[in-house]
Amino acid sequence: MRIRHWVRAVRWYLRELTGEADYERHCERHRRHHPLAPVPTRREYQVLRTRHQEARTHSRCC
Amino acid sequence: MPASTLPESGLPAPEKSRISLRSALLWTGVALLGAVAWGVLALARGERISAVWLVVAALGSYAIAYRFYARFIARRVLRPDDRRATPAERLEDGVDFQPTDRRVLLGHHFAAIAGAGPLVGPVLAAQMGYLPGTLWIVAGVIFAGAVQDMVVLFLSMRRDGTSLGQMARDEIGRAGGAAALVAVFAIMIILLGVLALVVVNALAHSPWGTFSVAMTIPIALFMGFWMHRVRPGRVVETSLFGVALLLLAIVGGGWVQNSSLAGTFTLSPTTLVFCLIGYGFVASVLPVWMLLAPRDYLSTFMKIGTIALLAVGVIVAAPVLRADAVSDFATSGAGPVFAGALFPFLFITIACGALSGFHALVSSGTTPKLIQKESQVRLIGYGAMLMESFVAIMALIAAATLEPGLYYAMNAPAGLLGATAESASHAVAGLGFTITPDQLTQAAKAVEEQTLIARSGGAPTLAVGMSEIFSGVFGGAAMKAFWYHFAIMFEALFILTTVDAGTRVGRFMLQDMLGNVYKPLGRVNWKPGIWLCSGLVVAAWGYFLYTGATDPLGGINQLFPLFGIANQLLAAIALAVCTTVLVKSGRLRWAWVTGVPLAWVTAITFTAGWQKVFSTDPKIGFFAQRSHYADALDAGQILAPAKTTADMHTVVTNSTVDGVLIALFLLLVAVVIVNAAVVCVRAIRSTTPLPTTEAPYVESRIDVPGASVEPLAGARS
Repeated sequence: MRIRHWVRAVRWYLRELTGEADYERHCERHRRHHPLAPVPTRREYQVLRTRHQEARTHSRCC
Repeated sequence: MPASTLPESGLPAPEKSRISLRSALLWTGVALLGAVAWGVLALARGERISAVWLVVAALGSYAIAYRFYARFIARRVLRPDDRRATPAERLEDGVDFQPTDRRVLLGHHFAAIAGAGPLVGPVLAAQMGYLPGTLWIVAGVIFAGAVQDMVVLFLSMRRDGTSLGQMARDEIGRAGGAAALVAVFAIMIILLGVLALVVVNALAHSPWGTFSVAMTIPIALFMGFWMHRVRPGRVVETSLFGVALLLLAIVGGGWVQNSSLAGTFTLSPTTLVFCLIGYGFVASVLPVWMLLAPRDYLSTFMKIGTIALLAVGVIVAAPVLRADAVSDFATSGAGPVFAGALFPFLFITIACGALSGFHALVSSGTTPKLIQKESQVRLIGYGAMLMESFVAIMALIAAATLEPGLYYAMNAPAGLLGATAESASHAVAGLGFTITPDQLTQAAKAVEEQTLIARSGGAPTLAVGMSEIFSGVFGGAAMKAFWYHFAIMFEALFILTTVDAGTRVGRFMLQDMLGNVYKPLGRVNWKPGIWLCSGLVVAAWGYFLYTGATDPLGGINQLFPLFGIANQLLAAIALAVCTTVLVKSGRLRWAWVTGVPLAWVTAITFTAGWQKVFSTDPKIGFFAQRSHYADALDAGQILAPAKTTADMHTVVTNSTVDGVLIALFLLLVAVVIVNAAVVCVRAIRSTTPLPTTEAPYVESRIDVPGASVEPLAGARS
């Protein structure tokens, strides 16, 4: 039980850190704001996300 | 009197904080432990002590600083209010603005601020002994570096995540703002050039290293394709797979080195320079998902994993510090790695890990838009910087555990050491240390490199130190070569990520500036504009990279001070902005919190800059160096370490460029500081508070359980 708890915690952290969990959050938001429109698929969301990344910079330090 | 009734001094807080007996005992224990460790470090003279004392002294100090000083800054100076909605909540759009769990954001922010910087500076600074470096890293981070990060983060958060340049313009004025913008751009170019040079020096004539670092490109491309096309958005599985491939690439490098392919991957510094320049250009114009994003994930995973591994290694292996506590070079200023006395040059050499102006760009960019609750700036701003500082301490330990003879044989300029083990051994003896030619050859053989002579730049030295520590814990001597190349690869990976991302940031800044002159250039999706601006940015840092790789006097030895001064000047700009805002918002009483670090960083950068420009010692002053070599050229002489007339001309050109640049930087920063001082005086004299650009108060609707355990002074009730 303990080990499972830790594995889940690590998985949660990694998914949040890498932004993998953003899709679910996006869908949830989408449902809230546009309850009638169908939610985007993972692939469609990925395209949106990429387009967004392209227009943005991300400072990385030394 | 029981600890729990200690009265609070200063401003009346709405709720009094109570210190329980348990907490009082715990913190007394931490303080005692830290004090004992510092005592051991201070009193050890002539005998070798364990690196664990350094770790304990640093961790004890960090804990105390975080618990007391950071809390003091939050409660008295910044006064965050958890009932006030953060921009992440108010402007939530699911993309840029998104309330993020504080632990996740700590990871994000740490990955964005920590890279190769804290690994390189302390290694070079080990020439002055381990003690001055440790003192500066620990004291610097507590009173300057972490304070800067936290305050900038807070101020930017209160302004909807505006950038440092924008804050300088809004809060200080147009002249200060423009100077800050130009300074940021110029400083970034130098940073990229110097970091790329570290990679070149680490990979030159090393087929193993070159192969494994080159393989990161196809690995990243594969990951990008997988995450974008095959299984969209599955970042975690792809990254874990990428890390496995990366480890395979390191092992594969060993096979390549012993195969007929070795020649293909044995590259001279100049070839590597052109490879990196080409790579930098391609990486910055390719779609982000192809190369930049996957590399970033890979780099984040490696960063967190390796740093954790290093911490475990240092504690388990508990290596002995072989370097002197304070070397003779600290006072004489005649060290071969970088010239100049302890003050100011130690403080310039160690930037990241103690105080790094570059962090102000991260703290005022992405992170403030993701904070859930205002009080979390303490954990994210101050806490992440303490973690980076700890990385710097470990790098210092890795360098200080090497035999000093080997350290100097690796870090003195090539011109001094010569090419053979005999000449290097002789040169090291001239510096007052010993290493036999046989020991040098053995050391290179142990990590399966052709040579370790004059492998400056910090990365190879750190890699040798890390391989010693790791092989003591995991795998023994047989694994030494693997760990060496593991360390090289992981540093190169960080640096290439910084080069990709930095080139893109530079491109956006340039497009923004040039867009004022010719409109289409400012459009972020106009291809010719993108190519032109990317090309210009790459050419700019490529120039410094090329001159660094071909400089007869040793590129790192010449350029690193320039990089350090540039980085610390950026910190001066950031701290000037912070101090101005504190004064303008009626917190003159607490302005010393950023004002004292500002005074300190101004003192070190301007002293160092002054010496670099006006010193008559050709080893320190760029213009003295220029005339020294120019006079010799006129007289038809060739001065060592230059070998040809062309070398002499190179030295003359390089020292002129470097000298002019330093003078320009100092001028820009002086404009910002003077402008800030004028605004501060005006604010003090004014009877009504001067306007600031803080976003208006909106009540928060989100509740974060356990986020605000401590009552916050100034919270609305």
